[in-house]
Amino acid sequence: MSAETFVMPPPHPKERRIIFEQISKEGYDASIDTYIANGGYEQLKKALTMQPSAIIDAVKASNLRGRGGAGFPCGAKWSFIKYDDGKPHYIVVNGDESEPGTFKDRYILHYDPHQLIEGLVISAFATNTHLCYIYIRCEFPHAARIVWNAIKEAKARGFLGKNILGTGFDCDIYVHQGAGAYICGEETSLLESLEGKRPYPRIKPPYFPAVLGLYMKPTIVNNVETICHVVHILRLGPEEYAKMGTPGDGGTRTMCVSGDVMNPGFFELPAGAVTLGELIFDICGGLKPGRKLKAVIPGGSSAKVLRAEEVFKIKVKGADGQMTDKELSLLDVVMDASSLAAVGTMVGSGGVMVMDDSRDMVWALNNLNQFYAHESCGQCTPCREGSLWMSKITTRMLDGEGADNDPATLKNVADNIAGRTVCAFGEACSWPTQSFLAKFPEEFKNAANDGVRP
Amino acid sequence: MTAIAAAGPKTADRQADKVTPDFEAQVDEIVTHYPVSKRSASLPLLHLWQNHFGSVDDSGIEWIAAKLELQPVNIYELVTFYPWFRRDPAGKTIIRVCRTLACALAGSYEVKEKFCQAVGLDPHDHHHGFGVAPPTTGDGKFSVEFVECLASCGSAPVALINDDLYERITPDSVVDLVKKFQ
Repeated sequence: MSAETFVMPPPHPKERRIIFEQISKEGYDASIDTYIANGGYEQLKKALTMQPSAIIDAVKASNLRGRGGAGFPCGAKWSFIKYDDGKPHYIVVNGDESEPGTFKDRYILHYDPHQLIEGLVISAFATNTHLCYIYIRCEFPHAARIVWNAIKEAKARGFLGKNILGTGFDCDIYVHQGAGAYICGEETSLLESLEGKRPYPRIKPPYFPAVLGLYMKPTIVNNVETICHVVHILRLGPEEYAKMGTPGDGGTRTMCVSGDVMNPGFFELPAGAVTLGELIFDICGGLKPGRKLKAVIPGGSSAKVLRAEEVFKIKVKGADGQMTDKELSLLDVVMDASSLAAVGTMVGSGGVMVMDDSRDMVWALNNLNQFYAHESCGQCTPCREGSLWMSKITTRMLDGEGADNDPATLKNVADNIAGRTVCAFGEACSWPTQSFLAKFPEEFKNAANDGVRP
Repeated sequence: MTAIAAAGPKTADRQADKVTPDFEAQVDEIVTHYPVSKRSASLPLLHLWQNHFGSVDDSGIEWIAAKLELQPVNIYELVTFYPWFRRDPAGKTIIRVCRTLACALAGSYEVKEKFCQAVGLDPHDHHHGFGVAPPTTGDGKFSVEFVECLASCGSAPVALINDDLYERITPDSVVDLVKKFQ
């Protein structure tokens, strides 16, 4: 992948590009001159004249939620850091993008690194932080070089380093490369990795990063996209920014669509602006000719799968404030945090994986089970053993060697991982198994009984 | 000397004997990125070492540990945990095909098989980290392995060949792609 080959397609009418506004422009490159020529670093100049607490208030008012997967309100996360507690603070940017189905940070890191740096320096100023790390997975070697170069450029122009723009504020940023482990995307694991250790996640409590983070000091860990949004909250104003989304989920969200659609790709949409049906059929051009929708994983591989014919009964608040029951088909589900939570799954990292009726669900689950079996860090027994068992069971079902009670065993194993591990990987690896079994029981029953593929 | 080194393969060629002043200067520069704890430099130093020497042998583990004032086991446990690191050399060209769902839906299993056939490796030799080098051709030219999600699901199937990402690979294009690296 190189700068020359990437041309972002023109935006769909429903899209609202903020993060990807500049990248979409023809001839836009990663250099600082291009960034400044397009209004870059103006928000940093503004931020440095603001009260740090006012920046945090703006982020709170914007209703920005973390874009990494957990969706924690960003302003609330920042306000856990006490500005003048006398301790060093750190900000670590999570650029370990490795949730299957998610591919947005890669483009920011490769094509607009200064957006990230500007957002990061603003965030550092707001939280009295002088040392930041950008953790980039090593499978993005060019991204690491590009971001390093951007850091050098920003330093040379006084946007970074000692006495930033003459304000007396110091901030240093370093790039730290991962080494191929999915678990490092988990924030406490990432901190262990950054400390030079095996990335075994830390138990919470007490090791909340905001309290006992990097080097046991208060630390903010945010996703690449989240930090970039900070620039635009200041640029647009928090109210204007919040208005783009739904209540409690402000701004735009980058939805990454992959799998069996005609035009896969990533789309920056106001949170809650489209339904799943609009995303698949209007924006991504629908399914391949003659194919029907079968299943959708809406928020990265760890999100629970949804079945095409499903009808959800949800409660909606009417104009009169009364809660009423409503029936909703899968394609009418709105793509925002609360709507997806209401139908029993999550918006997660925004990775939408679409599967059509040619796909075997046992095969799909086996693929994910192999992923989780490979990526479990091995710290907690239920996850280390369970993820491997689940993978072995689905593999033997595919090989025609399933046993009648395999679906029940799978469910039992999954049920005994979720909630019994140090980190959310336990849920991440058991949710696919639990949801595939619940939504497609007949396929698993067939595979278990006779191994005949549907 | 540690128990690890005693258990590992003994080679007359110790990588640590080939450390140049220039290399050591790079090491020292990297350590300055971590003013709070030198130990944080262990991953970047392993990357630097592996990029320079092609793998991380026992002498490398000991050298990095000594540099960071750690025990060799502190470095060894990283080499055996992170899938990226290897104790033995890999091919000059490393082909990492993405195995995870979106790429698998788009045919990455077939693509990986074609890569293996094109360079002459057993397609069913699945490599799984723990410090072991991926399957490598006898002439040392190519390694091919499956890796987990490379975060480019919208242009599946993809492969990382050395430092470059190749997108939308078709089984038919594999032979020509491999020729570029012969």
